[in-house]
Amino acid sequence: MAAEGGAMKRGARRAGHAGLIGFFVIFSAFPFYWMLITTFKSTPDLLKRGNNPFLLNAPPTLEHLKVLFYDTLFGQWIWNTLLVGVVVVAITLLLAVPAGYALARVMGPAGEKLGIAIFLTYLVPPTLLFIPMSRIIGDLGLQDSLWSLVLVYPSFTIPFSTWLLMGFFKAIPKDLEEAAMIDGLSRFGAFVKVVIPISVAGILTTVIFTLTLVMQEFVYALTFITAARSFTVSVGVPTFLVHGDVYFWGSLMAGCFISSVPVALLYNFFVDRFVVGFTMGAVKG
Amino acid sequence: MTTLERGAAPQAPAKSLGGLLDRPEWLGPLMIGPAVLFIALVVGIPFLLALYYSVSDISMGDRTMRFVGLKNFIAVAGTSNFQTSIVNTFVFAIVSQILVIVLGTALALALLRDFRGKWFVRFLLLLPWVAPISLGTIGWLWIFDSTYSVLNWTLEALGLITPHGWYMWLGIPYLAMGSVIAVHVWRILPLATVILLAGLSSIPHDIHDAARVDGAGYWRHLFQITVPLVRPIMLVAGLFGLVFAFTDMIVIFVLTRGGPYDTTQVLSTLAFFTGIQGGDLAEGAAIALFLFPMLLAVAIGFLRVARRAEVV
Repeated sequence: MAAEGGAMKRGARRAGHAGLIGFFVIFSAFPFYWMLITTFKSTPDLLKRGNNPFLLNAPPTLEHLKVLFYDTLFGQWIWNTLLVGVVVVAITLLLAVPAGYALARVMGPAGEKLGIAIFLTYLVPPTLLFIPMSRIIGDLGLQDSLWSLVLVYPSFTIPFSTWLLMGFFKAIPKDLEEAAMIDGLSRFGAFVKVVIPISVAGILTTVIFTLTLVMQEFVYALTFITAARSFTVSVGVPTFLVHGDVYFWGSLMAGCFISSVPVALLYNFFVDRFVVGFTMGAVKG
Repeated sequence: MTTLERGAAPQAPAKSLGGLLDRPEWLGPLMIGPAVLFIALVVGIPFLLALYYSVSDISMGDRTMRFVGLKNFIAVAGTSNFQTSIVNTFVFAIVSQILVIVLGTALALALLRDFRGKWFVRFLLLLPWVAPISLGTIGWLWIFDSTYSVLNWTLEALGLITPHGWYMWLGIPYLAMGSVIAVHVWRILPLATVILLAGLSSIPHDIHDAARVDGAGYWRHLFQITVPLVRPIMLVAGLFGLVFAFTDMIVIFVLTRGGPYDTTQVLSTLAFFTGIQGGDLAEGAAIALFLFPMLLAVAIGFLRVARRAEVV
Protein backbone atom coordinates (compact mmCIF):
# COMPACT_ATOMS: atom_id res chain seq x y z
CA MET A 1 0.00 0.00 0.00
CA ALA A 2 1.94 3.00 -1.29
CA ALA A 3 1.05 6.31 0.36
CA GLU A 4 0.39 7.90 -3.03
CA GLY A 5 -2.11 5.22 -4.07
CA GLY A 6 -3.86 5.55 -0.73
CA ALA A 7 -4.25 9.31 -1.14
CA MET A 8 -5.57 8.90 -4.67
CA LYS A 9 -8.01 6.28 -3.51
CA ARG A 10 -9.17 8.52 -0.70
CA GLY A 11 -9.57 11.44 -3.10
CA ALA A 12 -11.61 9.34 -5.51
CA ARG A 13 -13.78 8.10 -2.71
CA ARG A 14 -14.38 11.63 -1.45
CA ALA A 15 -15.33 12.79 -4.95
CA GLY A 16 -17.69 9.83 -5.29
CA HIS A 17 -19.24 10.66 -1.96
CA ALA A 18 -19.77 14.31 -2.94
CA GLY A 19 -21.20 13.25 -6.29
CA LEU A 20 -23.67 10.87 -4.69
CA ILE A 21 -24.85 13.48 -2.17
CA GLY A 22 -25.04 16.08 -4.93
CA PHE A 23 -27.19 13.85 -7.10
CA PHE A 24 -29.68 13.23 -4.31
CA VAL A 25 -29.78 16.88 -3.27
CA ILE A 26 -30.61 17.94 -6.82
CA PHE A 27 -33.25 15.22 -7.15
CA SER A 28 -34.90 16.22 -3.85
CA ALA A 29 -34.61 19.97 -3.93
CA PHE A 30 -34.89 20.84 -7.61
CA PRO A 31 -38.71 21.10 -7.63
CA PHE A 32 -38.49 23.66 -4.83
CA TYR A 33 -35.86 25.71 -6.65
CA TRP A 34 -38.18 25.48 -9.61
CA MET A 35 -41.12 26.79 -7.58
CA LEU A 36 -39.03 29.66 -6.27
CA ILE A 37 -37.72 30.85 -9.62
CA THR A 38 -41.11 30.45 -11.31
CA THR A 39 -42.68 32.61 -8.61
CA PHE A 40 -40.61 35.62 -9.66
CA LYS A 41 -40.57 35.11 -13.43
CA SER A 42 -42.65 37.40 -15.59
CA THR A 43 -45.27 35.59 -17.66
CA PRO A 44 -43.68 36.35 -21.11
CA ASP A 45 -40.38 34.97 -19.79
CA LEU A 46 -42.14 31.80 -18.55
CA LEU A 47 -43.87 31.17 -21.85
CA LYS A 48 -41.00 31.74 -24.26
CA ARG A 49 -39.57 28.40 -25.23
CA GLY A 50 -36.18 29.67 -26.32
CA ASN A 51 -35.29 31.21 -22.95
CA ASN A 52 -33.00 29.37 -20.59
CA PRO A 53 -35.60 28.22 -18.03
CA PHE A 54 -33.08 27.97 -15.18
CA LEU A 55 -32.48 31.70 -15.09
CA LEU A 56 -34.45 34.91 -14.86
CA ASN A 57 -34.40 36.26 -18.42
CA ALA A 58 -36.41 39.36 -17.51
CA PRO A 59 -36.51 41.47 -14.33
CA PRO A 60 -38.24 39.66 -11.44
CA THR A 61 -41.91 40.40 -10.85
CA LEU A 62 -44.27 40.31 -7.88
CA GLU A 63 -47.31 39.91 -10.14
CA HIS A 64 -47.84 36.21 -9.30
CA LEU A 65 -47.70 36.83 -5.56
CA LYS A 66 -50.26 39.60 -5.94
CA VAL A 67 -52.61 37.26 -7.81
CA LEU A 68 -52.12 34.60 -5.15
CA PHE A 69 -52.89 36.85 -2.21
CA TYR A 70 -55.50 39.18 -3.71
CA ASP A 71 -57.32 37.10 -6.32
CA THR A 72 -57.51 33.79 -4.49
CA LEU A 73 -58.44 32.88 -0.93
CA PHE A 74 -54.88 31.75 -0.19
CA GLY A 75 -54.76 33.65 3.11
CA GLN A 76 -58.04 32.06 4.15
CA TRP A 77 -56.75 28.59 3.23
CA ILE A 78 -53.65 29.04 5.36
CA TRP A 79 -55.84 30.22 8.22
CA ASN A 80 -58.16 27.21 7.79
CA THR A 81 -55.20 24.84 7.80
CA LEU A 82 -53.76 26.36 10.96
CA LEU A 83 -57.13 26.33 12.67
CA VAL A 84 -57.73 22.66 11.92
CA GLY A 85 -54.11 21.95 12.85
CA VAL A 86 -54.36 23.55 16.29
CA VAL A 87 -57.65 21.88 17.22
CA VAL A 88 -56.46 18.48 15.97
CA VAL A 89 -53.20 18.84 17.91
CA ALA A 90 -55.15 19.62 21.09
CA ILE A 91 -57.43 16.60 20.69
CA THR A 92 -54.50 14.38 19.79
CA LEU A 93 -52.42 15.35 22.81
CA LEU A 94 -55.36 15.01 25.20
CA LEU A 95 -55.93 11.42 24.12
CA ALA A 96 -52.47 10.24 23.03
CA VAL A 97 -50.30 11.45 25.93
CA PRO A 98 -52.08 9.33 28.59
CA ALA A 99 -52.43 6.46 26.13
CA GLY A 100 -48.73 6.49 25.24
CA TYR A 101 -47.74 6.48 28.91
CA ALA A 102 -50.14 3.67 29.77
CA LEU A 103 -48.68 1.56 26.96
CA ALA A 104 -45.10 2.29 27.93
CA ARG A 105 -45.30 1.86 31.70
CA VAL A 106 -48.62 0.86 33.20
CA MET A 107 -49.93 -2.04 31.19
CA GLY A 108 -46.92 -4.33 30.99
CA PRO A 109 -46.77 -6.98 28.25
CA ALA A 110 -50.41 -6.41 27.29
CA GLY A 111 -49.49 -2.80 26.57
CA GLU A 112 -46.96 -3.91 24.03
CA LYS A 113 -49.51 -5.89 22.01
CA LEU A 114 -52.08 -3.12 22.29
CA GLY A 115 -49.45 -0.60 21.15
CA ILE A 116 -48.82 -2.56 17.99
CA ALA A 117 -52.57 -2.91 17.43
CA ILE A 118 -53.05 0.84 17.74
CA PHE A 119 -50.14 1.50 15.41
CA LEU A 120 -51.64 -0.84 12.83
CA THR A 121 -54.79 1.28 12.68
CA TYR A 122 -52.53 4.06 11.38
CA LEU A 123 -51.96 1.83 8.39
CA VAL A 124 -55.68 1.66 7.57
CA PRO A 125 -55.69 4.18 4.75
CA PRO A 126 -58.16 6.97 3.97
CA THR A 127 -58.75 5.23 0.66
CA LEU A 128 -60.58 2.45 2.50
CA LEU A 129 -62.59 4.76 4.73
CA PHE A 130 -63.41 7.88 2.77
CA ILE A 131 -66.49 6.47 1.03
CA PRO A 132 -68.47 5.62 4.20
CA MET A 133 -67.00 8.70 5.87
CA SER A 134 -68.37 10.97 3.17
CA ARG A 135 -71.83 9.59 3.89
CA ILE A 136 -71.44 9.98 7.66
CA ILE A 137 -70.18 13.53 7.27
CA GLY A 138 -73.14 14.30 5.04
CA ASP A 139 -75.58 12.84 7.56
CA LEU A 140 -74.01 14.89 10.34
CA GLY A 141 -74.46 18.01 8.22
CA LEU A 142 -70.70 18.69 8.27
CA GLN A 143 -70.22 18.82 4.50
CA ASP A 144 -68.05 21.84 3.62
CA SER A 145 -67.36 22.46 7.29
CA LEU A 146 -63.87 22.42 8.78
CA TRP A 147 -65.34 20.47 11.68
CA SER A 148 -65.52 17.43 9.41
CA LEU A 149 -61.73 17.50 9.22
CA VAL A 150 -61.39 18.10 12.95
CA LEU A 151 -63.48 14.99 13.51
CA VAL A 152 -61.63 12.75 11.08
CA TYR A 153 -57.97 13.78 11.27
CA PRO A 154 -57.40 12.42 14.79
CA SER A 155 -58.14 8.98 13.33
CA PHE A 156 -54.59 8.96 11.96
CA THR A 157 -52.85 11.48 14.24
CA ILE A 158 -53.79 9.60 17.45
CA PRO A 159 -52.35 6.19 16.46
CA PHE A 160 -49.18 7.78 15.15
CA SER A 161 -48.70 10.10 18.13
CA THR A 162 -49.47 7.36 20.64
CA TRP A 163 -46.72 5.26 19.09
CA LEU A 164 -44.24 8.14 19.13
CA LEU A 165 -45.04 9.12 22.72
CA MET A 166 -44.82 5.52 23.86
CA GLY A 167 -41.27 5.54 22.51
CA PHE A 168 -40.42 8.75 24.35
CA PHE A 169 -41.88 7.56 27.64
CA LYS A 170 -40.02 4.25 27.41
CA ALA A 171 -36.77 6.20 27.18
CA ILE A 172 -37.30 7.95 30.53
CA PRO A 173 -35.41 6.24 33.37
CA LYS A 174 -37.82 4.35 35.63
CA ASP A 175 -35.99 5.54 38.77
CA LEU A 176 -37.40 9.04 38.36
CA GLU A 177 -40.99 7.91 38.75
CA GLU A 178 -40.11 5.38 41.41
CA ALA A 179 -38.41 8.08 43.47
CA ALA A 180 -41.47 10.31 43.11
CA MET A 181 -43.73 7.46 44.15
CA ILE A 182 -41.61 6.72 47.21
CA ASP A 183 -42.04 10.41 48.06
CA GLY A 184 -45.78 9.76 48.29
CA LEU A 185 -47.09 10.50 44.80
CA SER A 186 -49.45 8.02 43.15
CA ARG A 187 -48.42 6.65 39.77
CA PHE A 188 -50.83 9.01 38.09
CA GLY A 189 -49.47 11.89 40.19
CA ALA A 190 -45.94 10.95 39.15
CA PHE A 191 -47.07 10.93 35.52
CA VAL A 192 -48.57 14.43 35.77
CA LYS A 193 -45.94 16.05 37.99
CA VAL A 194 -42.73 14.28 36.97
CA VAL A 195 -43.07 12.54 33.62
CA ILE A 196 -44.93 15.21 31.63
CA PRO A 197 -42.59 18.07 32.61
CA ILE A 198 -39.46 16.19 31.55
CA SER A 199 -41.15 15.00 28.33
CA VAL A 200 -41.79 18.49 26.96
CA ALA A 201 -39.33 18.00 24.11
CA GLY A 202 -40.96 14.72 23.11
CA ILE A 203 -44.43 16.23 23.29
CA LEU A 204 -43.29 19.19 21.19
CA THR A 205 -41.94 16.76 18.60
CA THR A 206 -45.33 15.06 18.54
CA VAL A 207 -46.99 18.45 18.02
CA ILE A 208 -44.79 19.23 15.01
CA PHE A 209 -45.47 15.86 13.44
CA THR A 210 -49.20 16.05 14.03
CA LEU A 211 -49.18 19.47 12.36
CA THR A 212 -47.32 18.18 9.32
CA LEU A 213 -49.70 15.22 9.04
CA VAL A 214 -52.60 17.68 9.03
CA MET A 215 -50.95 19.92 6.43
CA GLN A 216 -50.23 16.92 4.21
CA GLU A 217 -53.73 15.47 4.25
CA PHE A 218 -55.45 15.66 0.91
CA VAL A 219 -57.97 12.87 0.34
CA TYR A 220 -60.45 13.64 3.13
CA ALA A 221 -60.29 17.37 2.50
CA LEU A 222 -60.88 16.79 -1.21
CA THR A 223 -63.86 14.54 -0.45
CA PHE A 224 -65.58 16.54 2.28
CA ILE A 225 -64.95 20.12 1.21
CA THR A 226 -66.16 21.62 -2.04
CA ALA A 227 -66.60 25.27 -1.05
CA ALA A 228 -63.53 27.39 -1.84
CA ARG A 229 -63.84 29.31 1.44
CA SER A 230 -63.32 26.15 3.49
CA PHE A 231 -60.40 24.65 1.57
CA THR A 232 -57.17 23.80 3.30
CA VAL A 233 -53.91 24.76 1.60
CA SER A 234 -53.19 21.28 0.26
CA VAL A 235 -56.52 21.15 -1.58
CA GLY A 236 -57.08 24.85 -2.29
CA VAL A 237 -53.93 25.51 -4.30
CA PRO A 238 -54.18 22.55 -6.72
CA THR A 239 -57.95 22.63 -7.24
CA PHE A 240 -58.48 26.38 -7.36
CA LEU A 241 -55.53 27.39 -9.53
CA VAL A 242 -55.66 24.40 -11.92
CA HIS A 243 -59.15 24.59 -13.26
CA GLY A 244 -59.84 24.04 -16.90
CA ASP A 245 -56.92 24.39 -19.25
CA VAL A 246 -55.53 27.60 -17.80
CA TYR A 247 -52.70 27.12 -15.36
CA PHE A 248 -51.52 30.10 -13.33
CA TRP A 249 -48.05 28.63 -13.03
CA GLY A 250 -46.45 31.60 -11.31
CA SER A 251 -49.09 31.86 -8.61
CA LEU A 252 -49.34 28.10 -8.26
CA MET A 253 -45.63 27.76 -7.66
CA ALA A 254 -45.67 30.68 -5.23
CA GLY A 255 -48.45 29.01 -3.25
CA CYS A 256 -46.60 25.70 -3.18
CA PHE A 257 -43.32 27.25 -2.11
CA ILE A 258 -44.80 29.42 0.63
CA SER A 259 -46.74 26.54 2.17
CA SER A 260 -43.88 24.02 2.00
CA VAL A 261 -40.61 25.52 3.06
CA PRO A 262 -41.33 27.09 6.48
CA VAL A 263 -42.77 23.80 7.81
CA ALA A 264 -39.78 21.94 6.44
CA LEU A 265 -37.41 24.22 8.33
CA LEU A 266 -39.30 23.64 11.57
CA TYR A 267 -39.36 19.92 10.92
CA ASN A 268 -35.61 19.73 10.42
CA PHE A 269 -35.01 20.84 14.00
CA PHE A 270 -37.02 17.93 15.34
CA VAL A 271 -36.19 15.12 12.98
CA ASP A 272 -33.55 13.42 15.16
CA ARG A 273 -35.87 13.26 18.12
CA PHE A 274 -38.61 11.98 15.84
CA VAL A 275 -36.45 9.08 14.72
CA VAL A 276 -35.61 8.23 18.33
CA GLY A 277 -39.28 8.10 19.29
CA PHE A 278 -40.26 6.23 16.17
CA THR A 279 -37.70 3.47 16.59
CA MET A 280 -37.85 3.34 20.41
CA GLY A 281 -41.48 2.32 20.10
CA ALA A 282 -40.28 -0.88 18.49
CA VAL A 283 -37.74 -1.65 21.23
CA LYS A 284 -38.69 -3.84 24.12
CA GLY A 285 -38.84 -1.64 27.21
CA MET B 1 -58.03 15.13 32.23
CA THR B 2 -61.74 15.75 31.92
CA THR B 3 -62.01 12.66 29.77
CA LEU B 4 -60.63 10.50 32.51
CA GLU B 5 -63.11 11.79 35.04
CA ARG B 6 -65.99 11.31 32.67
CA GLY B 7 -64.87 7.74 32.02
CA ALA B 8 -64.82 6.91 35.71
CA ALA B 9 -67.89 8.82 36.82
CA PRO B 10 -70.55 6.11 36.32
CA GLN B 11 -69.04 3.67 38.83
CA ALA B 12 -67.40 5.95 41.31
CA PRO B 13 -68.00 9.37 42.84
CA ALA B 14 -65.21 11.91 42.38
CA LYS B 15 -63.85 11.23 45.87
CA SER B 16 -62.69 7.70 45.11
CA LEU B 17 -61.32 8.53 41.66
CA GLY B 18 -57.89 8.94 43.22
CA GLY B 19 -58.26 5.45 44.67
CA LEU B 20 -59.06 4.02 41.27
CA LEU B 21 -56.07 5.78 39.73
CA ASP B 22 -53.80 4.18 42.29
CA ARG B 23 -54.67 0.68 41.16
CA PRO B 24 -52.69 -0.34 38.10
CA GLU B 25 -55.45 -2.64 36.82
CA TRP B 26 -57.67 0.46 36.54
CA LEU B 27 -55.13 3.13 35.74
CA GLY B 28 -54.01 1.58 32.44
CA PRO B 29 -57.47 1.13 30.92
CA LEU B 30 -58.57 4.56 32.15
CA MET B 31 -55.61 6.25 30.50
CA ILE B 32 -55.83 4.40 27.24
CA GLY B 33 -59.62 4.04 27.05
CA PRO B 34 -60.46 7.40 25.47
CA ALA B 35 -57.93 6.94 22.67
CA VAL B 36 -59.09 3.39 21.93
CA LEU B 37 -62.73 4.49 21.99
CA PHE B 38 -62.06 7.33 19.59
CA ILE B 39 -60.20 5.09 17.15
CA ALA B 40 -62.96 2.49 17.34
CA LEU B 41 -65.53 5.15 16.49
CA VAL B 42 -63.65 6.93 13.72
CA VAL B 43 -61.81 4.00 12.13
CA GLY B 44 -63.79 0.92 13.21
CA ILE B 45 -67.30 2.06 12.32
CA PRO B 46 -66.46 3.43 8.85
CA PHE B 47 -64.55 0.25 8.15
CA LEU B 48 -67.54 -1.92 9.02
CA LEU B 49 -69.73 0.42 6.98
CA ALA B 50 -67.37 0.02 4.03
CA LEU B 51 -67.81 -3.75 4.30
CA TYR B 52 -71.57 -3.30 4.37
CA TYR B 53 -71.65 -0.80 1.50
CA SER B 54 -69.71 -3.19 -0.67
CA VAL B 55 -72.50 -5.79 -0.48
CA SER B 56 -75.32 -3.25 -0.90
CA ASP B 57 -76.65 -1.11 -3.72
CA ILE B 58 -76.11 2.26 -2.02
CA SER B 59 -75.47 5.35 -4.12
CA MET B 60 -74.84 9.02 -3.37
CA GLY B 61 -78.36 10.45 -3.75
CA ASP B 62 -80.23 7.36 -2.61
CA ARG B 63 -81.48 6.87 0.96
CA THR B 64 -82.36 3.20 0.67
CA MET B 65 -79.94 0.32 0.81
CA ARG B 66 -80.57 -3.27 -0.16
CA PHE B 67 -78.37 -6.30 0.33
CA VAL B 68 -77.11 -7.52 -3.03
CA GLY B 69 -74.49 -10.08 -2.01
CA LEU B 70 -71.29 -10.18 -4.00
CA LYS B 71 -72.84 -8.50 -7.03
CA ASN B 72 -70.63 -5.40 -6.78
CA PHE B 73 -67.42 -7.39 -6.50
CA ILE B 74 -68.36 -9.51 -9.48
CA ALA B 75 -69.44 -6.52 -11.54
CA VAL B 76 -66.25 -4.62 -10.70
CA ALA B 77 -63.90 -7.54 -11.27
CA GLY B 78 -65.24 -7.99 -14.79
CA THR B 79 -64.42 -4.49 -16.00
CA SER B 80 -61.23 -3.91 -17.94
CA ASN B 81 -60.32 -0.70 -16.11
CA PHE B 82 -60.42 -2.58 -12.81
CA GLN B 83 -58.12 -5.28 -14.18
CA THR B 84 -55.63 -2.70 -15.46
CA SER B 85 -55.84 -0.93 -12.09
CA ILE B 86 -54.87 -4.09 -10.21
CA VAL B 87 -51.84 -4.63 -12.43
CA ASN B 88 -50.91 -0.94 -12.21
CA THR B 89 -51.24 -0.94 -8.42
CA PHE B 90 -48.69 -3.75 -8.16
CA VAL B 91 -46.31 -2.30 -10.73
CA PHE B 92 -46.48 1.12 -9.11
CA ALA B 93 -46.06 -0.15 -5.55
CA ILE B 94 -43.36 -2.75 -6.12
CA VAL B 95 -41.17 -0.85 -8.58
CA SER B 96 -41.26 2.32 -6.49
CA GLN B 97 -40.54 0.39 -3.30
CA ILE B 98 -37.53 -1.42 -4.74
CA LEU B 99 -36.14 1.90 -5.94
CA VAL B 100 -36.78 3.52 -2.57
CA ILE B 101 -34.97 0.80 -0.63
CA VAL B 102 -31.95 0.70 -2.95
CA LEU B 103 -31.60 4.48 -3.24
CA GLY B 104 -32.43 5.01 0.43
CA THR B 105 -29.69 2.60 1.52
CA ALA B 106 -27.14 4.29 -0.74
CA LEU B 107 -28.10 7.72 0.55
CA ALA B 108 -28.17 6.63 4.20
CA LEU B 109 -24.67 5.13 3.84
CA ALA B 110 -23.45 8.42 2.35
CA LEU B 111 -25.03 10.43 5.17
CA LEU B 112 -23.44 8.23 7.81
CA ARG B 113 -20.19 10.11 7.28
CA ASP B 114 -19.69 13.58 8.67
CA PHE B 115 -19.11 16.43 6.25
CA ARG B 116 -19.43 20.19 6.16
CA GLY B 117 -22.93 21.57 5.59
CA LYS B 118 -24.61 18.32 6.61
CA TRP B 119 -27.46 20.14 8.38
CA PHE B 120 -28.38 22.06 5.25
CA VAL B 121 -28.01 18.99 3.03
CA ARG B 122 -30.35 17.10 5.30
CA PHE B 123 -32.86 19.95 5.18
CA LEU B 124 -32.85 19.86 1.37
CA LEU B 125 -33.16 16.08 1.34
CA LEU B 126 -36.13 16.15 3.72
CA LEU B 127 -38.09 18.76 1.74
CA PRO B 128 -40.08 16.34 -0.43
CA TRP B 129 -41.33 14.45 2.60
CA VAL B 130 -42.31 17.47 4.66
CA ALA B 131 -43.88 19.64 1.99
CA PRO B 132 -47.59 18.96 1.52
CA ILE B 133 -47.45 16.27 -1.11
CA SER B 134 -50.21 17.67 -3.28
CA LEU B 135 -48.20 20.89 -3.61
CA GLY B 136 -44.88 19.18 -4.24
CA THR B 137 -46.58 17.18 -6.96
CA ILE B 138 -47.89 20.39 -8.54
CA GLY B 139 -44.25 21.44 -8.80
CA TRP B 140 -43.62 18.24 -10.79
CA LEU B 141 -46.68 18.88 -12.95
CA TRP B 142 -44.96 22.08 -14.08
CA ILE B 143 -41.64 20.25 -14.58
CA PHE B 144 -43.43 17.66 -16.77
CA ASP B 145 -45.52 20.27 -18.64
CA SER B 146 -46.04 19.23 -22.24
CA THR B 147 -45.06 22.59 -23.78
CA TYR B 148 -42.62 24.08 -21.29
CA SER B 149 -40.99 21.06 -19.66
CA VAL B 150 -37.59 21.93 -18.26
CA LEU B 151 -36.62 18.28 -18.71
CA ASN B 152 -37.19 18.55 -22.45
CA TRP B 153 -35.33 21.85 -22.59
CA THR B 154 -32.35 20.29 -20.85
CA LEU B 155 -32.37 17.21 -23.07
CA GLU B 156 -32.50 19.47 -26.13
CA ALA B 157 -29.70 21.68 -24.82
CA LEU B 158 -27.59 18.56 -24.33
CA GLY B 159 -28.34 17.59 -27.92
CA LEU B 160 -30.15 14.40 -26.97
CA ILE B 161 -33.48 15.32 -28.60
CA THR B 162 -34.55 17.69 -31.37
CA PRO B 163 -36.97 20.62 -30.89
CA HIS B 164 -39.68 18.46 -32.47
CA GLY B 165 -38.91 15.43 -30.35
CA TRP B 166 -40.08 16.85 -27.02
CA TYR B 167 -41.59 14.18 -24.81
CA MET B 168 -45.16 14.31 -23.52
CA TRP B 169 -44.09 13.03 -20.11
CA LEU B 170 -47.59 12.52 -18.77
CA GLY B 171 -49.31 11.81 -22.08
CA ILE B 172 -47.63 8.59 -23.21
CA PRO B 173 -48.46 5.37 -21.32
CA TYR B 174 -45.01 4.10 -20.30
CA LEU B 175 -43.58 7.56 -19.74
CA ALA B 176 -46.58 8.49 -17.59
CA MET B 177 -46.13 5.41 -15.38
CA GLY B 178 -42.41 6.14 -15.14
CA SER B 179 -43.16 9.73 -14.18
CA VAL B 180 -45.63 8.93 -11.40
CA ILE B 181 -43.24 6.29 -10.02
CA ALA B 182 -40.38 8.81 -10.06
CA VAL B 183 -42.43 11.37 -8.17
CA HIS B 184 -43.58 8.78 -5.66
CA VAL B 185 -39.98 7.68 -5.06
CA TRP B 186 -39.04 11.35 -4.68
CA ARG B 187 -41.64 11.76 -1.99
CA ILE B 188 -41.00 8.56 0.04
CA LEU B 189 -37.19 8.50 -0.21
CA PRO B 190 -36.55 10.94 2.69
CA LEU B 191 -38.58 8.88 5.17
CA ALA B 192 -36.91 5.62 4.16
CA THR B 193 -33.48 7.26 4.35
CA VAL B 194 -34.11 8.66 7.82
CA ILE B 195 -35.30 5.28 9.11
CA LEU B 196 -32.41 3.40 7.50
CA LEU B 197 -29.94 5.95 8.83
CA ALA B 198 -31.23 5.32 12.35
CA GLY B 199 -30.67 1.61 11.78
CA LEU B 200 -27.16 2.09 10.40
CA SER B 201 -26.09 4.40 13.23
CA SER B 202 -27.19 1.86 15.81
CA ILE B 203 -24.67 -0.77 14.65
CA PRO B 204 -21.89 -0.89 17.25
CA HIS B 205 -18.50 0.33 16.04
CA ASP B 206 -16.58 -2.76 17.14
CA ILE B 207 -18.50 -4.88 14.63
CA HIS B 208 -17.22 -2.72 11.78
CA ASP B 209 -13.73 -2.69 13.29
CA ALA B 210 -13.70 -6.46 13.62
CA ALA B 211 -14.71 -6.85 9.99
CA ARG B 212 -11.95 -4.47 8.92
CA VAL B 213 -9.37 -6.38 10.94
CA ASP B 214 -10.52 -9.57 9.23
CA GLY B 215 -9.80 -7.87 5.91
CA ALA B 216 -13.31 -7.72 4.46
CA GLY B 217 -13.52 -5.53 1.36
CA TYR B 218 -16.06 -2.75 0.93
CA TRP B 219 -18.76 -4.74 -0.90
CA ARG B 220 -18.33 -7.85 1.20
CA HIS B 221 -18.53 -5.73 4.31
CA LEU B 222 -21.67 -4.07 2.99
CA PHE B 223 -23.57 -7.19 1.97
CA GLN B 224 -22.38 -9.65 4.62
CA ILE B 225 -22.32 -7.40 7.67
CA THR B 226 -24.09 -4.08 7.28
CA VAL B 227 -27.15 -5.12 5.28
CA PRO B 228 -28.00 -8.19 7.42
CA LEU B 229 -27.75 -6.10 10.57
CA VAL B 230 -30.16 -3.44 9.33
CA ARG B 231 -32.51 -5.92 7.71
CA PRO B 232 -35.25 -5.65 10.38
CA ILE B 233 -35.35 -1.88 10.10
CA MET B 234 -35.14 -2.12 6.33
CA LEU B 235 -38.23 -4.31 6.42
CA VAL B 236 -40.05 -1.77 8.57
CA ALA B 237 -39.18 1.00 6.11
CA GLY B 238 -40.19 -1.21 3.22
CA LEU B 239 -43.53 -2.22 4.69
CA PHE B 240 -44.33 1.37 5.53
CA GLY B 241 -43.53 2.42 2.00
CA LEU B 242 -45.60 -0.42 0.57
CA VAL B 243 -48.65 0.73 2.50
CA PHE B 244 -48.18 4.27 1.19
CA ALA B 245 -47.69 3.03 -2.36
CA PHE B 246 -50.73 0.76 -2.30
CA THR B 247 -53.07 3.34 -0.87
CA ASP B 248 -51.82 6.79 -1.75
CA MET B 249 -53.64 8.47 -4.60
CA ILE B 250 -52.36 12.03 -4.39
CA VAL B 251 -49.44 11.78 -6.82
CA ILE B 252 -51.51 10.05 -9.48
CA PHE B 253 -54.58 12.19 -8.87
CA VAL B 254 -52.62 15.41 -9.37
CA LEU B 255 -50.35 14.31 -12.21
CA THR B 256 -52.44 12.13 -14.51
CA ARG B 257 -55.92 11.49 -13.01
CA GLY B 258 -55.26 7.86 -13.94
CA GLY B 259 -54.70 8.64 -17.61
CA PRO B 260 -53.69 8.37 -20.39
CA TYR B 261 -56.26 5.62 -21.12
CA ASP B 262 -56.19 4.31 -17.52
CA THR B 263 -52.52 3.37 -17.86
CA THR B 264 -51.74 4.92 -14.47
CA GLN B 265 -55.10 4.14 -12.87
CA VAL B 266 -54.63 2.35 -9.53
CA LEU B 267 -57.21 0.94 -7.12
CA SER B 268 -57.27 4.00 -4.88
CA THR B 269 -57.86 6.50 -7.70
CA LEU B 270 -60.42 4.20 -9.33
CA ALA B 271 -62.30 3.94 -6.02
CA PHE B 272 -62.30 7.72 -5.73
CA PHE B 273 -63.53 8.32 -9.27
CA THR B 274 -66.20 5.61 -9.02
CA GLY B 275 -67.37 6.19 -5.46
CA ILE B 276 -67.11 9.94 -4.93
CA GLN B 277 -67.10 11.57 -8.35
CA GLY B 278 -69.28 8.91 -9.97
CA GLY B 279 -71.55 8.68 -6.92
CA ASP B 280 -71.64 4.87 -6.88
CA LEU B 281 -70.72 4.36 -3.23
CA ALA B 282 -71.29 0.60 -3.35
CA GLU B 283 -68.94 -0.11 -6.23
CA GLY B 284 -66.41 2.39 -4.91
CA ALA B 285 -66.38 0.59 -1.55
CA ALA B 286 -66.00 -2.77 -3.30
CA ILE B 287 -62.98 -1.46 -5.26
CA ALA B 288 -61.37 0.00 -2.16
CA LEU B 289 -61.86 -3.29 -0.30
CA PHE B 290 -59.71 -5.09 -2.84
CA LEU B 291 -56.88 -3.19 -1.16
CA PHE B 292 -57.61 -4.84 2.14
CA PRO B 293 -55.96 -8.25 1.55
CA MET B 294 -52.77 -6.50 0.48
CA LEU B 295 -52.78 -4.32 3.58
CA LEU B 296 -53.47 -7.34 5.75
CA ALA B 297 -50.44 -9.08 4.26
CA VAL B 298 -48.32 -6.02 5.01
CA ALA B 299 -49.65 -5.85 8.56
CA ILE B 300 -48.82 -9.51 9.19
CA GLY B 301 -45.35 -8.92 7.80
CA PHE B 302 -44.96 -5.98 10.15
CA LEU B 303 -46.02 -8.07 13.16
CA ARG B 304 -43.56 -10.81 12.30
CA VAL B 305 -40.72 -8.30 12.04
CA ALA B 306 -41.72 -6.77 15.35
CA ARG B 307 -41.76 -10.19 17.02
CA ARG B 308 -38.42 -11.22 15.58
CA ALA B 309 -36.80 -7.92 16.60
CA GLU B 310 -37.94 -8.64 20.15
CA VAL B 311 -36.27 -12.04 20.23
CA VAL B 312 -32.91 -10.69 19.08
